[in-house]
Amino acid sequence: MGLGTAAGAAALCGCKRKAETEVTGSELGPVPTDKMTCRRFPGLGDDNVSILGYGCMRWPTMPNPEGKGDIIDQDAVNGLVDYALAHGVNYFDTAPVYVQGKSEKATGIALKRHPRESYYIATKLSNFSNSSRENSLAMYRRSFEELQVEYIDYYLLHSLGGGGMDNFRKRFVDNGMMDFLMEERKAGRIRRLGFSFHGSQEVFDELLALHDQYHWDFVQIQLNYVDWHGSNAKGLYESLEKYQIPGIIMEPLLGGRLSKLPDHIVKRLKQQRPESSVASWAFRFACTPELILTVLSGMTYMEHLQDNIRTYSPLVPLTEEEKEFLFETGRLIKQYPTIPCNDCKYCMPCPYGIDIPAILLHYNKCVNEGNVPESSQDPKYREARRAFLVGYDRSVPKLRQASHCIGCNQCSKHCPQRINIPRQLHRIDRFVESLKQDTL
Amino acid sequence: MLRKIRVALAIFFYVAITMLFLDFTGTLHAWFGWMAKIQFLPALLALNVGVVVMLVLLTALFGRVYCSVICPLGVMQDIFAWLGKKAKKNRYAYSAEKRWLRYIMLLLFIVSLLAGGGILAKLLAPYSAYGRIAHSLLAPLWQWGNNGLAYLAERADSYAFYGTEVWIRSATTFGVAVATLLIIGILAWRGGRTYCNTICPVGTVLGFIARFSWLKPVIDTNKCNGCGLCARNCKAACINSKEHRIDYSRCVACMDCLDKCKRGAISYRRAVVKNHQQPVGDGTATQDSLHVGDTSRRTFLATTAVATATAAIKAQEMKVDGGLATIVDKVVPDRQTHLVPPGAWSARHFAQHCTACQLCVSVCPNGVLVPSTDLTRLMQPEMRYERGYCRPECTKCSDVCPTGAIRPITREDKSSIQIGHAVWVKKNCIPLTDGQPCGNCARHCPTGAIQMIPSVEGDKRSPKIPAINTERCIGCGACEHLCPARPFSAIYVEGHERHREI
Repeated sequence: MGLGTAAGAAALCGCKRKAETEVTGSELGPVPTDKMTCRRFPGLGDDNVSILGYGCMRWPTMPNPEGKGDIIDQDAVNGLVDYALAHGVNYFDTAPVYVQGKSEKATGIALKRHPRESYYIATKLSNFSNSSRENSLAMYRRSFEELQVEYIDYYLLHSLGGGGMDNFRKRFVDNGMMDFLMEERKAGRIRRLGFSFHGSQEVFDELLALHDQYHWDFVQIQLNYVDWHGSNAKGLYESLEKYQIPGIIMEPLLGGRLSKLPDHIVKRLKQQRPESSVASWAFRFACTPELILTVLSGMTYMEHLQDNIRTYSPLVPLTEEEKEFLFETGRLIKQYPTIPCNDCKYCMPCPYGIDIPAILLHYNKCVNEGNVPESSQDPKYREARRAFLVGYDRSVPKLRQASHCIGCNQCSKHCPQRINIPRQLHRIDRFVESLKQDTL
Repeated sequence: MLRKIRVALAIFFYVAITMLFLDFTGTLHAWFGWMAKIQFLPALLALNVGVVVMLVLLTALFGRVYCSVICPLGVMQDIFAWLGKKAKKNRYAYSAEKRWLRYIMLLLFIVSLLAGGGILAKLLAPYSAYGRIAHSLLAPLWQWGNNGLAYLAERADSYAFYGTEVWIRSATTFGVAVATLLIIGILAWRGGRTYCNTICPVGTVLGFIARFSWLKPVIDTNKCNGCGLCARNCKAACINSKEHRIDYSRCVACMDCLDKCKRGAISYRRAVVKNHQQPVGDGTATQDSLHVGDTSRRTFLATTAVATATAAIKAQEMKVDGGLATIVDKVVPDRQTHLVPPGAWSARHFAQHCTACQLCVSVCPNGVLVPSTDLTRLMQPEMRYERGYCRPECTKCSDVCPTGAIRPITREDKSSIQIGHAVWVKKNCIPLTDGQPCGNCARHCPTGAIQMIPSVEGDKRSPKIPAINTERCIGCGACEHLCPARPFSAIYVEGHERHREI
């Protein structure tokens, strides 16, 4: 994180210095302020939502000056929010549990400095660990305080799908929260009600079948060109079409995995559109379907925000050829044995101190860079071994590495990507052992 | 010319030996590892007859060049003396030999050594004294420098440097190193080779031989005008310019006087042996006092159990995303018998041979070797598994040990040497205390000595606990280090007095 921030800061300075001679220091010209594509839907009244939505799950953090842990860098958040609003981004998506429970407050502080009607705010009921009515109500009310608002524009039942319909009933029906939330919608304290979804087609269809009863204003799903055919993104979208419910897209980049790609994939994408970023493909893909309201991106860095604004100002929908090209690219990416971790940190904190996402991300990085040798006979074995092991110690402190995973499996149930985390950690640990002992 | 050769060789040896203590990657040992092994006392303890004979011959031929070139503590004193000389020129003066002090120190040293590597022997042995200084005081600087480079390398996406942990393994050893440096440094600054010629046991032994060396600096009385310039620049204080005599037992053959003399009256050559009457060495008469050091070993002075951080993770109202659980530091278990590395044969063999030079501690990549704080084996390394465990692929300590306290072993040897055995501590075991399945000890045991069995006989669904086959256990500590129970592991390694092959 520190590295990225430093690099980001350096890049910003660089831009300023150049600005004297070249317009904003970029061949691409200034970042447009008034060209952002926005979308309206009959069911959503006058709402005119920018197709780029700000995901508030990855706000920049910095070490706590008063001791342990990290805190949100509020100045940086304010800067990002101001810039986003100034360039037409008007949808902000947070949740009580994001960034160790600090996201709502930081988002609220930043947005409070702007007129309330200039943005839409989305937050969620994340009552995973304790779904009692009491706790759920407390969480709901706390969101208003943290965000410092009188009403919430888009309110989501956080992460349905895992645990099936039983889980939905337990968290929202049996405790009366669905009835309560519909009353709140009637009263105007919630303007739109929907849910975010990580799960199977069957559960999704069952939930949509309740549309008559609950009237879902919108639904948030995961959609990207890698998941489109292989998993169920296509099916989910088609179900939304059936009910004509607008969709919000999360994980368009798979937590950054679709911007950090192996070299041959980067080459392939760049050959098609040399001046567009690798990430822009995924964003254009996510917003090409017409029933999509907005695409969320958890932008930690100003450069990412600027790049995404460019991509969507205005949106150039994918042509049929481009779609086919992306699906083929998705198939190539899938051949790479990366672990589908999006660094959402829902699995954290591990009670035994393991830094799960850091381990998985290091592994993925090494896969993409070709530093996961198959055997000691590989021609690049020595270099790869060193890169993997040295990088491992750099990315993850020794006491937080995979060797300390006891396999209690408390993490897996939080993983929206359904990764069997202990199995992956043990597999990585065995790989590390064989590298260390040179027995690969 | 001779002096320049001596200085060049001394710098070469000094830098290389120091690097042995600084290079935690272990790459330099392949090139310069032999330099530690030709140190006099280590070679003697390792019963490295060839080296001892060679050093004795070297001294018999050329005088105490060992002290001027090979001994790092000697060269370090020369550096201090050189700085002292810059502050004040011609600062030395001849002093008479304090022979009684030298022989008493030697006698004490030998007694201490025979008594099983007592503290005095370790304190006085010159190479080990230097090793502690290099390891405790220079290595951290080197490592910080390395970590700086690693920091830059990381930012440049290079794997050329990797970070290493800088930590003081034992406050006692650190204190001893500082005290040694201060005392010897001040002595050297003021009076040159005072330590070598009054205290150092190796200096006394070699001095005895050097009296009769074949080549030595000799004053030509025909040329000498008695100006005394040589004496005032002799850091060994061994030139009696008035009587034109040199005390060869103290002369370290530094050749400074040869260059200093303006009349060329001193030359390095064969000399007719004057009939000095030497008292016959009385250092060999103490063979019978071979009693083994006190065995009440494990009184750990500093087991201040940090009990404050027991409830590390507070039950939270709401599970939020991200963050890292606090990891409580592990506490050293109270072992019946301490652990010494594979290749040491036995605690006793190790205690008798180790001079506490810290070379093995310097190269241990797993943070396992730590100088002991136990008075009976103060500063000698022992094994602890709080920071890592004795990894199956590593034999570095046995590769570098110059004294034979840790005999060379191969990876294959290591996998079959039992240095201790694991002991299960029921009250700390996570499946029983937290109700979480674990088995991390069994998963990482390199010899497969641990199986997980149901804690309730016959009930296959009861929490699984480790069953240790002590016959297969080699005591590497993987289970202890990787045990999730903190601060006290639920499985720890108990040392063996004598190592066995399994």
